[in-house]
Formats: sequence, C-alpha cells, structure tokens
Amino acid sequence: MSQIEVRDLNVWFDKNHALKNVNMDIEGKRITAIIGPSGCGKSTFIRTINRMNDTIPSCSVKGSIKVDGNDLYGEDIDVTQIRKRIGMVFQKPNPFPKSIYENIVFAPRIHGVRDRKALDAIVERSLRRAALWDEVKDRLDKSAYNLSGGQQQRLCIARALAVEPEIVLFDEPCSALDPIATAKIEDLLIDLKNDYTVVIVTHNMQQAARVADTTAFFYLGELIEHGDTQRLFEKPDEKLTEQYITGRMG
Amino acid sequence: MSRRSREKLYFALFRGCGALVVMALVTIIAYMLIGGIGAIDLDFLTEPPRASNTRGGIFTPLIGTLYLMGIVAAFAIPVGVLSAVYLVEYQKQGRMASFWRIVVANLAGVPSIVYGLLGLGLFVYFLGFGRSLLASGLTLGVLVLPIIIAAAREAIQAVPPSVREASLALGATKWQTVRHHVLPYAMPGILTGVILSLSRAAGETAPILLTGVAFYMSGTPGSVFSQFMALPYHIYAVATQTISGMSGNLMVYGSALALLALVIGMNIVAIVIRKRYREKYRW
Repeated sequence: MSQIEVRDLNVWFDKNHALKNVNMDIEGKRITAIIGPSGCGKSTFIRTINRMNDTIPSCSVKGSIKVDGNDLYGEDIDVTQIRKRIGMVFQKPNPFPKSIYENIVFAPRIHGVRDRKALDAIVERSLRRAALWDEVKDRLDKSAYNLSGGQQQRLCIARALAVEPEIVLFDEPCSALDPIATAKIEDLLIDLKNDYTVVIVTHNMQQAARVADTTAFFYLGELIEHGDTQRLFEKPDEKLTEQYITGRMG
Repeated sequence: MSRRSREKLYFALFRGCGALVVMALVTIIAYMLIGGIGAIDLDFLTEPPRASNTRGGIFTPLIGTLYLMGIVAAFAIPVGVLSAVYLVEYQKQGRMASFWRIVVANLAGVPSIVYGLLGLGLFVYFLGFGRSLLASGLTLGVLVLPIIIAAAREAIQAVPPSVREASLALGATKWQTVRHHVLPYAMPGILTGVILSLSRAAGETAPILLTGVAFYMSGTPGSVFSQFMALPYHIYAVATQTISGMSGNLMVYGSALALLALVIGMNIVAIVIRKRYREKYRW
C-alpha cells in the first residue's frame, strides 16, 4: 500500500475545474516531483494534501486522499492534526517577523510543548536537520528577517520539521532563490527522504530530474503520467509528456 | 495671462491654502499659550475649582476626563479590535462584507449630538445607568468605535497572507493564527487608531452633556454611576460664566490649554509609535 493514495480527485474554484479525476499513488520515504506548465494544477494538487485549499472560500473538493489508509476528506477529521502530520514549505520564504528561535518553537508550542528545555532541544534538532544550525546557532534571538533568502527558506523547512511531520510538501521552494541556495536545498531534500515523504512541485525539470525518485506530469488539471523519474524523462509513455520535457510545449 | 504667470498664480494659490492650514493650528496653539500659560502651575492641575469655577484649579474636571477615557478604552478597544478581526478574518467576502463596510463608514458620519441622544435613551434611561460616568463613557465608546475599527481593519489587512498561510500550514487554528501572528503584527497600526480615538473622546462635549457631565462637583466621581466634571464642558461652563477681563478668563484659557496639551500629546505619542514600528515589521 502506498502512503498517499489519491482517488478520483476533483477540485473546482467556483466553476473553474482545476483538477480532473486525479488518481495517484505516492510512496513513503521517497521524493515525488510534480511538474507541468503554469496553471496545470500542480500547486492546487499538493495543497489538497494538507487541505490548505480549505482556506480559499471558492474551492470545492471531491474524491478522496488516503494517508496511511485514513481519508483526509472523511468526516470528523481535524484539519489542524492533518497539517501537523503533513508540513508545507512555500514558494516564497515566509518566516514570521520574529526571532529565529520563536519561528521554530511556535508550532511545537501550539501543539502542547511547554517545557523550555524540550523546546530548546527541538530548535537545535530542527535547525540541524535543515542544515542551518551552524550558521545561526549564535544568533537564535535575532530576527529571521536578517537571514538571506536561502537561509530563510531553510528556516521555513526547519520550522515545518519542528512538529515531526511524516510528509513534507514543497511548493516550488527554490523559485525565489539563487543557484547556490537552490543546490543547498536540493541536497537537503535528498537527505530528508531518509526520514520523510517528500512531495515537491517544481517548474524546473532539471530539478525534478536531480532530486526526485518518481515524477508526475500534470497538464490542464489532469495527471498525464507518473512514474520513475529517469524513465519518465528518457522514455515517456505519453506524447504530451514528451512534448513538455523536450520543450515543445509549455 | 501667459501660461507661465498662470502657473505661478496657481502655485501661489496652492501654497497659500497649505499655509492657511498650518496657520490655523499655530494660531490656536499660540492663542491658548498666550492666554493660558499664566494659569498653568502645579496648583492649577492638582486643586479643584473654587468660587463657581472662577478660581482654583482643574483637578476635578481633569480627573473626570481621564476616568472617561479609561471607560472608553475599556469598552471600545476590545469591541473595535475584535469586530475588525471579524470583518477581515472571518467575514466571508461578498454582499454582507460591503454592507458591513457601509455600516461602519456611516457610523463615523453620525453627528456627535445624535450619539448623545442615543446614550441618553439607551444607557441613561433604558439600561438605567442614570446620568453617570458609565453612561457617558459608553456613549463616547460607541462614538469612537468606527475610528478604531477603521484603523484596526487597515492594520490587519496589511499583514500579508503568506504569514497566515505559514501559521495555518503548521496546524495552527484560525484563532491561534490571529492571536499569535496577525494581531501582534498589526498592533502598531491598531495602537495608533486607539490613541487617536481616545484623544477624540477626550475632546467631545455634546454626548457627555446629555449623559452625565456636571457643571460643578465638589469631588472626583466616587463610582462609575456618579456624575462627573470633564474638561471640555468645564471650559464651556467657565467661559459662559466669566466676564471678560476677570480672573476667570485665565481659567478658561488655562483649561483649554490643558485639554489641548492632553490631546496633542496623545497624537504625538501615536505618531512616534507608528514611526517606530513601521521599521520593525517589513514585508
């Protein structure tokens, strides 16, 4: 059984049919990349996995997404618990305008960790996990806004890891970063898959080829093809996929 | 007239209008300073009025005004800020939202004497608070609500959606997001609105006239159900009592100067807060 099973997923924004009958299995402790041209529904897709689309009033969702067998869209589901288990890192680094320390401890605190020592330990562990500890350990009380863009993004990753999620979703995490910062995040992603299931949306096909175990290609709200990354880039089954990865479309 | 001289004419006109505004403020302050500075000393601020308000100090009305501001703050800050939170964070966009906006905008346009009548009918008679500090404070509280709501709404809207998303994506509830992120980041803007609204409340006369201010009281109010003296009405009372040139004249200007100093002082505090915090949270 795959960790995430998406069945007959349909999403509308008012009358706009953004995702059409998506069926997809996502394996645990792997990196799955979602590629496709702008507006193909790839961001919409990963935002259904932690139910962030709930925050958009015009959005309606049909179908099911099961994580470890439990339907995220079933009844009596506590959305906050879903988002605790399924973390998310956004396109533009969005640290809170607070200290580095406060950025990390916010989520553990609201989920009930009060002990100062425990929080300190979480801060160190999360920042180490996000390969940021050595750069910031002497200025944890300084504003997160003094960090560079790449550091801010790694802080956002550390912040997501602080509540020990099982799955981490990345929505184009490198699109606002320079190549060096991007390379650091990519190394981090590969390292993270030892402990976490990673789903990453990217508009950068090379990035998908570099980091992902499997890649899914979305086009106009439909999942066209999903398979082993190397195979998908070398010998795509679908004509649309081939046109996209060879740059003749999109 | 040539285009050049026409240009000069209009430029002079605009500059003249601008200067007029500055002049108005400078004149008021200068006039009050010249007339009233002689009255202001420690005794003036710490002694109650005597001899039908023609002598003594302004302790009783000053304290009355401060009490009044306390009640306004206790009522209008929570109600105003929380309703702004509702309007921005919880209210679904659409017809109801624009209806709400119109309600708040019109609330700001209601003349203050009408608020006085509302307070008289609602707080003094219907709720039975009598002519009292509480009735006046609540009336002024309703009067300044639109100011607080407008300032708070603007400040809350200025917090970028990405911050809310970050918080929600960590499993925070909407209220936790508002409480730990949106409100703290919006606080400078909210504080500015709060201080401006309090200074507005301090200067209003018509609403308290109908709901509880007294011409003379021998002491400061004993409870929220007491009547009270307040600076703006005290100024009116003394001014209409005094024959020009007598010692009471100094009392009028002195009281007006004290009120002016209170209000301008608060506005300056608001400006300082806004300036200091504008640097702190940059998006």
